[in-house]
Amino acid sequence: MITGHLLSASDLTKESALGLLATAKELAQITDGPNKKLPTLRGKTVVNLFFEDSTRTRISFESAAKRLSADVINFSAKGSSVSKGESLKDTAQTLQAMGADAVVIRHSSSGAAKRLADTQWIQAAVINAGDGTHEHPTQALLDAFTIKQHLKSSEKDLSGVKVLIVGDILHSRVARSNVILLTKLGAKVTLVAPPTLLPVGVNDWPVKISYNFDEEIEDCDVVMMLRIQLERMNDSFFPSAQEYSKRYGLNTSRLQKLSKSAIVMHPGPMNRGLEISAESADDLKSVIIDQVKNGVAVRMAVLYELLGGAPIGEQR
Amino acid sequence: MGILLSGSDIDRAIKRISHEIIEHNQGVSNLVLMGIPTRGAYLAERICKFITEIEGAVGCGVLDITLHRDDLRLRPPKPILPTKMPPGGIEGKDLVLVDDVLFSGRTIRAALDAIGELGRPKSVQLAVLVDRGHRELPIRADFVGKNIPTSISESVKVHLREYDSEDLVELIK
Repeated sequence: MITGHLLSASDLTKESALGLLATAKELAQITDGPNKKLPTLRGKTVVNLFFEDSTRTRISFESAAKRLSADVINFSAKGSSVSKGESLKDTAQTLQAMGADAVVIRHSSSGAAKRLADTQWIQAAVINAGDGTHEHPTQALLDAFTIKQHLKSSEKDLSGVKVLIVGDILHSRVARSNVILLTKLGAKVTLVAPPTLLPVGVNDWPVKISYNFDEEIEDCDVVMMLRIQLERMNDSFFPSAQEYSKRYGLNTSRLQKLSKSAIVMHPGPMNRGLEISAESADDLKSVIIDQVKNGVAVRMAVLYELLGGAPIGEQR
Repeated sequence: MGILLSGSDIDRAIKRISHEIIEHNQGVSNLVLMGIPTRGAYLAERICKFITEIEGAVGCGVLDITLHRDDLRLRPPKPILPTKMPPGGIEGKDLVLVDDVLFSGRTIRAALDAIGELGRPKSVQLAVLVDRGHRELPIRADFVGKNIPTSISESVKVHLREYDSEDLVELIK
């Protein structure tokens, strides 16, 4: 079980991560039934505090909270007082005054979630839903869940599973959280990217680095494509989109090199035709829609573990 | 600390409960069992096995009630355990809930809510190995292994060989 906040995949031990995945599996089963709603978090308030645009993550957290009967307040920076210049502190204190039990925060600054958790601005449980180029722990959890679901290995964890993470590692919080979590669960992770899109210090990560997609693709169980984040491309990281797509995109000829049981993942939103071709995205090997579906169950598990019990210090 | 039921007492109680369930439901044709984890699930399996031997096959499932507890926010969160539907489901069936000890009745209340998530059985009955009294809700058992009057400060501990390596019910003062 996890307590307090979920800010980083490194907050999770191998046991607590596997526990969350087991809980998520049960919750997924229940919400597949005729009645999707559970009374578990009745009376709790979950605030979705989104300073950055999001479709999947926000909707996913919203439906997770609603299926557990929590009240949900959606906040997006556009159309709020943030556009008038309100600080994170004042926004947080406003939410505190309104009685939020959990805050799901997405922010363009790395460390925003930790800042919110470490200060006394707000007493709520903080869940990081993506902070800048730092981390996105629930995405890593749902990816681990999806891998476990599709690769029917007898192992309890992901021992021996070979995962390729391809694309913009430099700006990707999804990649960082996944590297931490998947290696913790025993997977062998290889990063494939042009040298310009690898972060400084990547050699210290517990991963293999490669610049050649074609060499790696034949011998892997999972290919995780990352989005080229055009909004963060404020430098010339590659000569042209066409060239990137040719060397690092998942196209039909690369798709055919994959082993029979391998799966294709993408955290979304996809740039079809850039990092992933339309045929690859819609192929039978693609589990991208399952990732979205599993996201709800995984986030229900996180909300249940963080909010399901008594607040710290008030336990009987 | 006193021993309330020995291994052979538990065996006899399970056999009697099984017979009572069959008699009450006039056979097993519309019957399913669901045990409440941890020990209720093992008891349900044992009852199911015995009924299958003496009367005919009956479905057995597991019902986790964690998400429906009313004391969730008074305690640290508990891990969710697997819920297994009995083969054939519960819709329109006569469902017998099985638990080890009946005490406040709150577990059973939560179980009734949990059943509501899964479907609408024709009837719900309750079988327990031990009824120790001290109900806090208007709930009673249909089939009881042993009624044991206890003091509120005592606790009743059921050991089952599948989980605790021996069959025993003891009273801890």
